[in-house]
Amino acid sequence: MANFAFFVSLVFAVIAKDETHEQLRLGGMMFGGFLASALVLGWLMYPFPL
Amino acid sequence: MRVTAAEETQSGTLFLLCLASWAIPGAGHLWLGRRSKGLIFLVALPLMFAIGVAIRGRLFPFELADPLVGLAALANLGIGATYFIAGALGYGGGDVRAVTYEYGNAFLIVAGLLNMLVVIDAYDVAMGRK
Repeated sequence: MANFAFFVSLVFAVIAKDETHEQLRLGGMMFGGFLASALVLGWLMYPFPL
Repeated sequence: MRVTAAEETQSGTLFLLCLASWAIPGAGHLWLGRRSKGLIFLVALPLMFAIGVAIRGRLFPFELADPLVGLAALANLGIGATYFIAGALGYGGGDVRAVTYEYGNAFLIVAGLLNMLVVIDAYDVAMGRK
């Protein structure tokens, strides 16, 4: 999941921004957002049976 | 309205640029002199595809009877020449029993879709919109 989030964030950030520091900022925010939302969604789904 | 020779040449070049960008991820950006972006795409997208194949994801066939499979095949095709090379070498058969099967599919599909975005970005750069 972290690998997937890393690659997607990397490509989106490089497409969207031209400056390196902007790419790092957007990529970092997206990567953190992906991981945080996956954890939150995982815990929200915890009570539901398979 | 008549199309001038210069416009025809430009549209031909744009087509070649998009084709190169699709076939080899990042080639369009390298062509346009955006070396760092091109190199990042050239490494990241085939690596993502390779991870998808390595964890037993499947390259979907073009089955029009099953629209979701057809759409997944279209997304797989987005990665360009890598798709055909992997198919010719016998990779991408997928193993539905593997725990990582769905993760592999996600990697393969998203790598293709991201490369399509990269092609559009290269087109925008060539048109002077970025």
